[in-house]
Amino acid sequence: MNAILLSAVWGIVMMFSGIFTTSKTAIRNVAVVGLVLLVLGNYADMIGYHLMTVNVHKMLYFDTFGLLGNLIAFGSTLLYVLLSGRDMEKVGHHLAEYFALIFFVLCGVAIVTTFNTLLMLFLGIEIISIPLYILTGADKRNLKSNEASLKYFLMGAFSTGLMLLGIAFLYGATQTGTFFIDDLWSGKTAVTPLFMAGLLLLLVSMAFKVSAAPFHFWTPDVYDGAPTVFTSFMATIVKVSIFVGFIRLFDEAFGDSQEKWQVFVAIIAAATLFIGNVTAVFQQSVKRMLAYSSIAQAGFMLLALLALNGVAKEGIILYAAAYSIATIGIFAVLIRMKDYTFEGFNGLARQQPVLAATCTIFLLSLAGIPLTGGFFAKYYMLSSVVATGHYLWLVIFAVLCAAVSVYYYFRVIQAMYFKDGDGATEAEPGLGFKGLLVVLAVIVVVLGVWPQSLLGQLSRLIYTW
Amino acid sequence: MIPVLLIVIPLVSGLLGFFLRSEKTARGWALLSSLVTLAVTLWGVGVDKTSPLLQANVEWLPDLGSRFAVGLDGLSLILSLLTAVSFPLIFIATWRDQYKRAWNFYALMLLSQAGLLGVFVATDALLFYFFWELALIPVYFLCSQWGGERRIAATFKFFVYTFVGSLLMLVGIIWLYFHTPDHSFSMESFYKLRSTISNSDQTWVFWLLFVAFAIKMPIWPLHTWQPDTYEQSPTATTMVLSAIMVKMGVFGVIRWLAPVLPIGTWAWGDTVSVACIIGMVYASLIAMKQDDLKRLVAYSSIAHVGLMALAIFATDQSGMQGVMIQMFNHGINILGMWIVVDLIERQFGTRKISQLGGLATKAPGLAILLVIVALANVALPLTNAFVGEFLLFSGVFTSTATQYNVVFTAVAMLSVILSAVYTLKMIQGVFYGKTNALTEKAVDIRLNEKVALGVIVVMIVFIGVYPKPVLELTKDAADFILTKMNYK
Repeated sequence: MNAILLSAVWGIVMMFSGIFTTSKTAIRNVAVVGLVLLVLGNYADMIGYHLMTVNVHKMLYFDTFGLLGNLIAFGSTLLYVLLSGRDMEKVGHHLAEYFALIFFVLCGVAIVTTFNTLLMLFLGIEIISIPLYILTGADKRNLKSNEASLKYFLMGAFSTGLMLLGIAFLYGATQTGTFFIDDLWSGKTAVTPLFMAGLLLLLVSMAFKVSAAPFHFWTPDVYDGAPTVFTSFMATIVKVSIFVGFIRLFDEAFGDSQEKWQVFVAIIAAATLFIGNVTAVFQQSVKRMLAYSSIAQAGFMLLALLALNGVAKEGIILYAAAYSIATIGIFAVLIRMKDYTFEGFNGLARQQPVLAATCTIFLLSLAGIPLTGGFFAKYYMLSSVVATGHYLWLVIFAVLCAAVSVYYYFRVIQAMYFKDGDGATEAEPGLGFKGLLVVLAVIVVVLGVWPQSLLGQLSRLIYTW
Repeated sequence: MIPVLLIVIPLVSGLLGFFLRSEKTARGWALLSSLVTLAVTLWGVGVDKTSPLLQANVEWLPDLGSRFAVGLDGLSLILSLLTAVSFPLIFIATWRDQYKRAWNFYALMLLSQAGLLGVFVATDALLFYFFWELALIPVYFLCSQWGGERRIAATFKFFVYTFVGSLLMLVGIIWLYFHTPDHSFSMESFYKLRSTISNSDQTWVFWLLFVAFAIKMPIWPLHTWQPDTYEQSPTATTMVLSAIMVKMGVFGVIRWLAPVLPIGTWAWGDTVSVACIIGMVYASLIAMKQDDLKRLVAYSSIAHVGLMALAIFATDQSGMQGVMIQMFNHGINILGMWIVVDLIERQFGTRKISQLGGLATKAPGLAILLVIVALANVALPLTNAFVGEFLLFSGVFTSTATQYNVVFTAVAMLSVILSAVYTLKMIQGVFYGKTNALTEKAVDIRLNEKVALGVIVVMIVFIGVYPKPVLELTKDAADFILTKMNYK
């Protein structure tokens, strides 16, 4: 509850901060303070200190899984703002509003990770989506940004419609007419065609939100058109938070009808892995490549949805952390580049050794090479499916796709290290920026060498639900 | 204690190496570090086999059932010894090679040594996988940064090939992990798997693991990355690749595949053996036609490694011991070949046999040393490879695991004859015949190369004449593996 309250209040604070000060540094500092409070408030929730008791009538349920998801989202946002907050100023004049919108998104995130009824899920998804439509179009004079925003809005509205329809079906399928997800278990609700239709509609609309194939067509254009700072936010924090909600929904509501929908998830996962990885190979722009790579990574996260066991739940949290940190790091560097194509990175290692070295660690992590957090993230996804004893073909397919991903991730490394060029950044990055990148890289490596630091906590918390 | 040191010394000195901003210091540092590693390895060879110094086991990932478990037995000792001996020799032999930003080069070399030693000493499957990849990453950077003209494409091919194999192996390891009774990655638990996995499961899981090892060795038809990579890599890295890294594949089969899935190994033995034999003959024939020295040695390596793989699947005492010894011998011999190739390339700027000739009169020292190394490559008696290959062939010939043992032996013998053909042809082309404008001003080898080649020749002759120490070192390990491989 702390997180929902704090993020909503701080969103309003941010809006007003734009009236009282024009200093961009001050605004950014207010946002950082807000995020620190948010992280602390969420942590307080986890250890049992609540700011106030609100009777939510069981519409929200604050378990450790959701709160951990929050913690990852807020922590990543904090790192993201520290790294790229300065670059938001270049998008337009409304810095305070951008931060306000980000806080509103986080409010939606906090609802999506802890919902207990389908209504709350819907509210959360909408609270996330609407600020994102605005952020996508934040660069008002840029036609591509406008186009992306409109496209995102139209497609998003369509998928929201599907979601509502699904919720309505499920409402009708329950015996007593209720939105509570616990009431969808088979003991209380029969698996009728109406129920399955509702379930599949929810699956499709959620798959749309996490940009899983074949519902991914909006992603490359929107990620490419949106101002790069906000692409970074959308592709990481928002995506993984919705994944936490996705897992929560299917685990709590449809966990016992798993064998009925598993095959659909398997097909979506395979399609996502294939399309994301293969299309990313042909990209010329690193930004677009990262858009497709985010689709490919979503394919891996879908494996957790398929398996839905303890390993999967631990794994999705680890995946969220490893993927977010690495992608935020790469985007932070990308924003500073003059040229977003692969050639733009040529020779970066000579100009900016720190940027190139940290970027390499992030890319290795995304590719899932051992010694980085990305390895254990992928390891967990694979072993969650192997543990179910079925769908081994999907596991093998997934690793073959992971091998394809090496191609485009390593293209950036090749450009930075082995090709000559002047791979220039727009301005000399400051010491603080470099320092933060190193911190991020260290986190990635720590997660890869000794994930016990995070996993030990996780398994303790998740299994004592 | 000792295996931990073997990983830590090159790892730490490699990481520190990145900060040495002088070529000379970096080179000296790398040599010093590799000599210390060698000393520690010799200490490991010296202590009693049951000594607790040879084992280490600490908690790493309790929730995943994986521990930081390392240990040295006969098999890992002989390969650690090969690694530890090779690196100083490589550094000495390439002492005069110039590299841009050499500190990075030497640091990455040391990191790859850490990865290789880690692979050989790991007794936990997940840890093994970790080091397996860790050894690959530095080599990727080494080849892409300091290699020949087509280096980026060649290295990339190499990387993708091995990465696909590794990932399939990872799936296999995860699958096996879930079938261990105590959910553990430890070697002991994996060796108990044979009782819990059905025969039909064994036959397909076998391939998940075997593909990774087959790519690394490489076995026909998965070998196509190898000649390109050897050709394009800087020679020092080629030495690491061919002397040590291909042994990772052979080692993987002996330690992590054959004893874990004995039925699968036995069931596919004939299939794999046929592939090995095709590869041996095929690679030998191609080697005969090569004009480029590096490619010639690369193909000869495919043929030699194919023989080792063949012997593993023969499941025979002398064959298994032959594999272990021959891994060491082949590493040493091919190192010698590369040193000569590197010398020739540096002096004349070409590796084409057709452009060389008459070197023996100009560089007699080099010629003598090369001839000894080349004879070892052909496995002539009194050289180390004779001991190894004799055991290999006797193992294949007396094998009871296959009914085609005679055919396999006969065809494999053919590749030995072919190997004599191309090796002697190479010596003829490079060292005898008329000198030309290019080779006219050749100078003989210098001290550092003499030292490196001298040490190699001493080892070749010593093991060839008195193989008892290496036979004793590997005997227990071979027996142990064979009891686990019992398919009946």
